[in-house]
Amino acid sequence: MCLGLPGKVVEVRPDGVAIVEYSGGLRSEADARTVDNVKPGDVVIVHAGIIISVIDEEEAKRQLEFLEEFISDLERKAEQLLP
Amino acid sequence: MAFNGTDRIVKAIHETAALLEEKGYDNIKIMDFCGTHEHTIVWNGLRSLMPENVELVAGPGCPVCVTPAFYVDQAIKLALEGVRVYTYGDMYHLPGSARPGSGEPRSLSEAKALGGEVVVVYSLLEAIKHARENTGDSVFIAVGFETTAPSTASAVVNNRLPQNLKILNVHRLTPPIMRYTFEKHRENPIRGVIAPGHVSTIVGARAWKFIPEEYGIPTVVAGFEAYDVLIAILLILRMLYKNKPGLVNEYSRAVSWEGNRAAQKLLEDCCEVNDALWRGLGYVPASGLAFREKYKWADAAVEYGIKEPTPEEWTYDLPPGCRCAEVTLGLAKPTDCPLFLKVCTPGTPYGPCMVSVEGACSVWARFGEGGVAEKLARELGL
Ligand code: SF4
Repeated sequence: MCLGLPGKVVEVRPDGVAIVEYSGGLRSEADARTVDNVKPGDVVIVHAGIIISVIDEEEAKRQLEFLEEFISDLERKAEQLLP
Repeated sequence: MAFNGTDRIVKAIHETAALLEEKGYDNIKIMDFCGTHEHTIVWNGLRSLMPENVELVAGPGCPVCVTPAFYVDQAIKLALEGVRVYTYGDMYHLPGSARPGSGEPRSLSEAKALGGEVVVVYSLLEAIKHARENTGDSVFIAVGFETTAPSTASAVVNNRLPQNLKILNVHRLTPPIMRYTFEKHRENPIRGVIAPGHVSTIVGARAWKFIPEEYGIPTVVAGFEAYDVLIAILLILRMLYKNKPGLVNEYSRAVSWEGNRAAQKLLEDCCEVNDALWRGLGYVPASGLAFREKYKWADAAVEYGIKEPTPEEWTYDLPPGCRCAEVTLGLAKPTDCPLFLKVCTPGTPYGPCMVSVEGACSVWARFGEGGVAEKLARELGL
């Protein structure tokens, strides 16, 4: 039910409805009044015909770096525990 | 973009779980609150990757499963009286209170077979379009948690509804049902929470602050890839090990601390919080959304005089023998239900948790096609 599909905003119409393109080229309408400052080119998550979130791609990169660091750190600690 | 090296996360999970075992943690219950997380867990076989002392439990993450039979009955009645009913596909086969074999229609799909006009839609926008192009009175059944509720709020506040379309508002809120669930697990407490990722896009990570603060349970907002869920589990175990229950937002690419302000504003403007009915559970305080006075014109309950039963009038509304309420709260597993994959199957669903594709019974059953679930359950000693 809370499934969300990522897609790219193609256009935001004056009535506040956006056209979103999904992987595979499928396009559909989504309510864009449910989120602030959405513009063409944004990667968004669409759920039940509304945009629920704009993906922060910089943050996505930072998050992956954090993950890598976090795991490596744990691995180093685990190694230190070995005899 | 995804994280490569889930095997490294699994290894770290096992190492941390072993340290916790030494501290006496022999059953660490981690609960997810989202049908889509449960899907990620089952689809990727994550349960089979867990150490022996870590148990992943599905919580109330399926809004269709908890929609009271009362509302299904009302929708069936409207359809049979000539009102066109729009519904999400997930609700189409959901049983109301009629018993199988009673001759009464059990679901909207059966009402349709009897001549009622029922239209399955993917979104409210689609229902609006359809209602504009077709004359006649119609009703949209609005189910769903905070993720879905803004679609209703936006249509109402932005004046998108045509005259002939009203909304039956059955939206429900997740924080109150979490509190309810924690209380039910007091005896053998939940040790970690994987907070629902898409609900969080709306309410913000901050909505879950109360979980570590008031209940001392480590909480992680997680995305829906296998690595997201695994990292959430690892973070929960690390917090337990350090004895520092906190709140981490692992899904920061989509979820901010404050959440989606535009959607929150719409919800606030459109609805007020009220005590609401949950299927098989009864009333849960402050867990529903009702249209504010100024938007009552959109309310199908007003238009058709639908009055929710009072706490005194409400009667237990699951089919006899169905353990969906316990499954929903994570107090029983689908395999604990004697009807699972016997009487109740995805092809012939008997209870709500088998109807919705996000119901725990349905997820387990579909993954287990050909007996995999039973085999898995045996392996896991369930
Ligand atoms: S298997 Fe069917 S009858 Fe049993 S709890 Fe699940 S939905 Fe209910």
